[in-house]
This record gives sequence, C-alpha cells and structure tokens, in this order.
Amino acid sequence: MNFEQFLQYIFSGITNGSIYALTALGFTLVFNATQIINFSQGQMVMLGGMTAIAFHGAGVPLWACFLGAVIVVVVISMGLEHVAVRPLLSKGVLAQIIATVGASFVFETAAMIIWGRQALALPAFSGERPIGVAGATVVPQTLWVVGLTVVIVVALQIFYRRSLFGKAVRACAVNPSAARLQGISYRKVVLFSFALSGAISAAAGVMITPISFMSYSSGALLGLKGFAAATLGGLGNPVGAVAGGFVLGIVEALGVGVVSAGYKDAIAFVILLLVLFIRPVGLLGARVVTRQ
Amino acid sequence: MSADALVYLRRHAGFFVFAVLIMTIPAYLHDSYYLSILAFMGTRFMMALGVSLLLGLAGQISLGQAAFVGIGAYGAAILTTRLGFNPWLAMGLAALLSAVIAGLVGVPTLKLRGYYLAMATLGVNEIIYILLVQLKSLTNGTDGISGIPSLSIGSLDLGGPKAYHLIAWGVALLMAAIALNLSRSRVGRSLRALRSSEPAAESLGVDTSFRKVQVFMVAAAFASIAGSFDAYYVHYISPDGYTITFSIILVTGVIIGGLGTVWGAFWGTAAVVVLPEILKRVNGDITNLIFGILLIAIMVLWQGRTRSLGRLVRTFLVNRRGRQGTTDGAGEPEA
Amino acid sequence: MPLLDIANVSKSFGGLDALKDVNFAVHQGQIKALIGPNGAGKTTVFNLISGSYRPSAGRVVFGGVDLTRKAPHAICRLGVGRTFQHSLVFDGMTVLENVTVGRHCRSKAGVLSAALSLPLHRREEREAFKVAGESLRRVGLEGKADEFAGNLPMGERHLLEIARALATEPKMLLLDEPAAGLNEEETERLAETVRRIRSEGITVLLVEHHMGFVMEISDEVVVLDYGRKIAEGPPLMIMDNDEVVKAYLGEALE
Repeated sequence: MNFEQFLQYIFSGITNGSIYALTALGFTLVFNATQIINFSQGQMVMLGGMTAIAFHGAGVPLWACFLGAVIVVVVISMGLEHVAVRPLLSKGVLAQIIATVGASFVFETAAMIIWGRQALALPAFSGERPIGVAGATVVPQTLWVVGLTVVIVVALQIFYRRSLFGKAVRACAVNPSAARLQGISYRKVVLFSFALSGAISAAAGVMITPISFMSYSSGALLGLKGFAAATLGGLGNPVGAVAGGFVLGIVEALGVGVVSAGYKDAIAFVILLLVLFIRPVGLLGARVVTRQ
Repeated sequence: MSADALVYLRRHAGFFVFAVLIMTIPAYLHDSYYLSILAFMGTRFMMALGVSLLLGLAGQISLGQAAFVGIGAYGAAILTTRLGFNPWLAMGLAALLSAVIAGLVGVPTLKLRGYYLAMATLGVNEIIYILLVQLKSLTNGTDGISGIPSLSIGSLDLGGPKAYHLIAWGVALLMAAIALNLSRSRVGRSLRALRSSEPAAESLGVDTSFRKVQVFMVAAAFASIAGSFDAYYVHYISPDGYTITFSIILVTGVIIGGLGTVWGAFWGTAAVVVLPEILKRVNGDITNLIFGILLIAIMVLWQGRTRSLGRLVRTFLVNRRGRQGTTDGAGEPEA
Repeated sequence: MPLLDIANVSKSFGGLDALKDVNFAVHQGQIKALIGPNGAGKTTVFNLISGSYRPSAGRVVFGGVDLTRKAPHAICRLGVGRTFQHSLVFDGMTVLENVTVGRHCRSKAGVLSAALSLPLHRREEREAFKVAGESLRRVGLEGKADEFAGNLPMGERHLLEIARALATEPKMLLLDEPAAGLNEEETERLAETVRRIRSEGITVLLVEHHMGFVMEISDEVVVLDYGRKIAEGPPLMIMDNDEVVKAYLGEALE
C-alpha cells in the first residue's frame, strides 16, 4: 500500500465513519434518555435514504428531499416511541429488545413492499467531479458528508450544553428520578430524544445514499455498525460515539486494503466482540455497563 | 418400582400422548407436501427448544441462532461431501463447534446487560453469513453445496420422507424431553431464579454467568443439530438460509407460542411454519410484517410477563366481557 | 478467633467514601446488629461481606478465609447466607421452589445429569425438596409452600428469604432490614424466629431501623454514621452513647 492508496482508504474511512458516528449518536441519544437500545436504529437510517429517493423520484429538489426525509423519519421515530417504547419504559431489557427488534422487522418489510428489493441511489448533492488531494481523489459528496456531520455534532453539542431543554435531557440521563423531582417532564425528554435520534439517523441515510446506494435491507448492517461504534467509544458517551464511528470507519477501510473487500462488513463485529472482551466500557466510557 | 413408573407416566402423560401422536403421523399421512412441512416443523422445533430454554428460562435473547443452524448445515455438508465423514459424526462435530463458538461469545457478553448478547449474536450471525459467502473454496460461496448425503443407520437409508419424519421427530422429541427435564431440575430453577433476580440467585450459590453461558451453548447445539438435519434432508444448502432475518423469525415463533414452555415452543413453531405457507398464496412479503407487528403487540400487552399469544387473547377477551374471574395467574405454568 | 472479621475496610464509589476504615468482629453464636442513619453504609457492609462489592481497602475474613476476592456464589458455599432490603423473592416460582434454589450451593448435578435425569440428580432433587420443606417449617411458612412467591405479603416475603438462606446451611446469616414493613405481631414472630435460628448455632448479623427489635434481640450493636463506626457495644451502652444520640437526632432534624 503506497501513500496515495493509504490516503484514499483514509478518505473512504472518514466518509463511512461519519455515517457510523451519526448512527452511534442516534443510539446514544435514545440510550441516555431511556437506557434502551433501539434495535431499529439502523432501519431509521435506511428509511431516511429510501424516503429521500422516493421524494426525488417525484421530482422534488434535493434539498427538499433531505428535509422531507428527515421530517418523515422524525414522525416515524416518534410513532415508535409512542407505540412500542413508552409502554415498556420500565418493563425490563428483554421486552424492550424484542419490541424494537419487532419494529426493525416492520420497517424493513414495509420498505421492501413499498420500494422493492433493488438497491437505489440518489444523485450527489453537488456534482460527481472528483477533486485531487495529495495524489488521492475525493468526490464532492464526501465533503458534504463530513462537513454536515461536523455541523450536526457541533450543533448538538451546543444545544445540549446551552439550551434549557438540553440541560433537562442531560439531567435525565444522569438521574431520571431526580430530574423528575425537579419538574422536568421525563416523557417529553424521551419523546424528544427519539425525534432527535430519528432526525440524525435520517440525515445520515440521505447523505450516504449518493455514495453507497440504499436498499430495504441496508439498515441491519448500519445499525450493527452504529452500535459497534457506540460501544467502542463507550455506550452513553456522545463524544465517544462520534470518535468510535470515525475509528471504526477508518479501521474498516484500512482492513479492506489489507484483507479483502469481501470481509469489510465483518470487521466491525470483530471489533465489537473484541471491545466486549477486553474493555466493555469502551475507549472513552465511564458509564457503568455491568448487570443491573 | 412399578408405583414409581406409574407416577412417572402420569406426570409425563401429556408428553407421551404428544409423542405417540407425532410419531404415528406417517402411518396415515402420505402426501409428500404435508410430510415435508411436518419435517421442517420438526427441525424448527429443535431450534425453538433452544431459543425457549435461553429466552424463557434464563431471560436472555440470542438474535443469531441462524448462525448456529448454518454451522450445523455447513459443517455436515463439508465434512460429508469433502472428507467423507459419517453424517452422524459430522453432525456431532458441527454441534460441538457451535457450542464452542457460543461459549466464546457468551463469556464476555453474558456478564453484561441483556442487549450486549443480543447485539453480539447479531454480529456473529453477520460474520458467519459473510464467511459462508466469502470462503468460496470451502463453502462454494453463494452457489451453495449440493449432493449432501442422507442420514442412514447401518444400511438403512433414512432419506425418504417417512423415515426422515421418524428420525427428525424422534430427535426433536428427545430434545423436548431434555428441555422438560432441564426446566424442572436444579439447573432450570437456577435459571428461572437468575431471570427473576441475579443478586438473589448469586447469594444462594448460583454462578449466574456460568449458567447463562451453559444454556446458551445448549441452545447453539440444538440449533446446529437442526441445521444438520435440514442439510441431510434437502441435500442442498446455500448461505441465504442463515440470515439474521431467520434468527428473528425463530425468536418470533417462541414468543408467539409462549415463553419458557415446551408446548409454547411447539405451537410457536407450528405458527411460524404454517403461517408463511398460507400467506404465500396471498402475498408472501407481508409475513415478516405480521411477525414484526406481533412482536411489538405481544410485548406491549405482555408488559414484562411471559404469556403466549393465545393466553393474551383469552385474557383480553375475558376482560372485555367484563367477567370477574380472570385467567390471570401469578406465574406461568411450567411446560 | 472471631467468625467474621471486618478489618480496616473502606469502600468508595467514584471518589465518594461509602465506608471509611471500618473495624468490627462477629463471634460465633452472636446476634449482632448494624445500625445507623440512612446512607451510613450498612447495606454496603453487607454487599462487601457477600461479595457483591469488593473493598477499596481492608479485608473481610470469614472463618479464617479471606473473602475479599471471592464471588458471591463462592461466599455462599463458604457458609454466608443473606436476605435483601427490598425483598428479592423469585416471583414466578412457588414458595417451595424458591427455597430449593437455596440448595443450589449444596448440590452438584450439572446440565447433563439434569437433562437425562440421572440418579445423582434425582437423589439431589429429593434431598433439595426435603430440606426446603424443613427450612419453611423453621420460619413457619410450611402452609404456603405451593403458593406463588409473588403473591406473598411483605412480612412473609422476608420470612421466605430467611428460609431460602437457611437452606444453604449457613454458618452466618445476614439479614437486611428484616422487620421493615412488619406489624407488631409479625415483628414479634420474626424476633422469635431469629432467636431460634441462633439457638441452632447460626450466627446472625442484621441491619435494622426498628430500634425496639434491635435492642430486644441483639447481643451487640455496631453504629455507623457517614461510613464510619462511631460506637460498638451491648445495646444498653449504645443507647447512652452521646455520639449515637447526636447522629440520630441529626437525622430526625433533617
């Protein structure tokens, strides 16, 4: 592997890493508010991409496709919260896992019935002409993905630190019962976390579709990788989730360079299993992950 | 002795009646379509029994059972077609491999909260699927492996639908007996105890992590044996049979039927085998949609307790009519 | 040599000291009580003895064996039984089945033996149900053997937990607030049960808020406040101790 190839892999790693980072953030937002892992998180990303494709097919301009997809997925995510999560908030991990797994099945099959089995694409946000960087090339969409990811992460950080609601969400993450005593509406925080998580996932889905296509079955893998990234960074830690996403993306890309493209998708799970073996709290994790 | 035997027979009467009914089906059913559906039900029942032990007794969920089914099928196929192993030996070795892999995954994850095992097993399922596709020299990739031999005992070939029915259901019933024995034993009680409260179970001497790993390994071995049986019956396998989707369908069956009981595993298996056959005539695609909706609905109605779909519907109907004496008990009847 | 020796034990959670340099001993055949205001670290002491936590410093020695690095299930086998503050009975199992789980540490039959119902397993099962029945009789719950544990009232849940712990053949029993939520009659019945257990040769260490109960049955009392031991001695001496009075008054004023 020479330097140009190496750089090429790094670029590709950062691009995919952005998507993993956003998916991991989606997991983290919901987890911090509810201690629930949403097993249909990856399907939210898929629905974002597919909805945008559907809007585009109807002749809607790209920016509106983006917006429309985000709105649709936010509504779906809030619906999920209402139907399958709220009744199970204190009903144990098992019921929560099974219900959200059920949701993933519903989303996936619905997408297959609506859009069929083939992988679909979206045009790039601003042309396809590659840009040369130090001997390697990047397509403009990569810049969009990375740029928007940075914007989303920074905006989220500011929102959580500055706004009153953000503080309420963080208070709930630290100690839900104490937060409730302070008059913070736990239900609103949960609902809002699902909305935000849906929005971020949808954005990730729309952004990646011009690069790597989307089909009804893409969600499962994206969800697994997002969870691997979140675990790698330390489940419940938003900074860790983003870092974990980028690390995973880059390791995966380099792995493709070293091993073979066919095994690309296995790398994330090997990392997940290794993290669980060696350091279950993740690289940056401080949260307690032991048994209840 | 005879009194003991009588007590034993009475206690297990339901099981013996069930066994006799199942084993005599080939005597009067001759349609090969229905026989093959029944045969598949037998192997699915084996898989469901493993899921039921893990989920119903220990309260742990594996979303990657299809990976172990795949190891069973490919282990059997590769060892018999490439290396000329005896099919029974191949089945045993594959089951051993499945149990070892389950142990390796279970040791780190079963100390942690429930979703770690769920995610890790999804990951294992994905890895195994990728390996089945990619290791072309061993697995033939997406083309799959054909020419897998039938099971036989001595010179007696068990490839025909009726012989296969007897052997597959014979093994399935043996597994059901094992599951029943386990759930009524010291081991089963320790599992139900740790599902209810791990600290309390540990204070009474239960090594909870060890127990959970053990039952996960048993579940993996059951799935693997079922996979081998399928391979010997159909004589052809390809990676598409061993996806995460199939893993989730297995879990769905056990949940529809009711957790923690052998009969629940049976009815659930019947549901997930028969329902697609019926829906196929309308629109096969909606099967998984219905399964997904059922999973959510049962959980929301279930509210953390273990109930079968039938029991939930009954309770719902009774409450609807506003009757007093509900069908609600404090716990779930065992087996 | 004491049966249980808590030697210079400290425990901190993320920089917060829950216990600081605590020392006390429990001798064979004693009933000893651990009292103190809420958050004094009483349950932490129990969790350290039974192996749920590991001490940050110091040692817990039971019958000459260092428990510091042992897992809860191993500590149970060494002869330490316990109950929990917020009753942790196994809801979905019958009362009798609950108690048979207590036999887990005294039986061996593994998955294979249980799956095939081998003679070893059948013998152990008979023994487990026999001992479980006896344990229920020892706490006076034999009439409820076939009820679901989840249906028991609070007082009987505590007794069930005691029966379950007794089935493990403990040398020492840790009771975490056994009188919480009991009426006077039930408390009296509990006191009798605890005395009977002691007369069978089992040492008892209990955490309790019910002062009347503590003073009535304990041989010695240890008082904790903010993770430190502030007094130790016979009940009558403790009641006159200035620091103890101050600690409890402080709590009453909050």
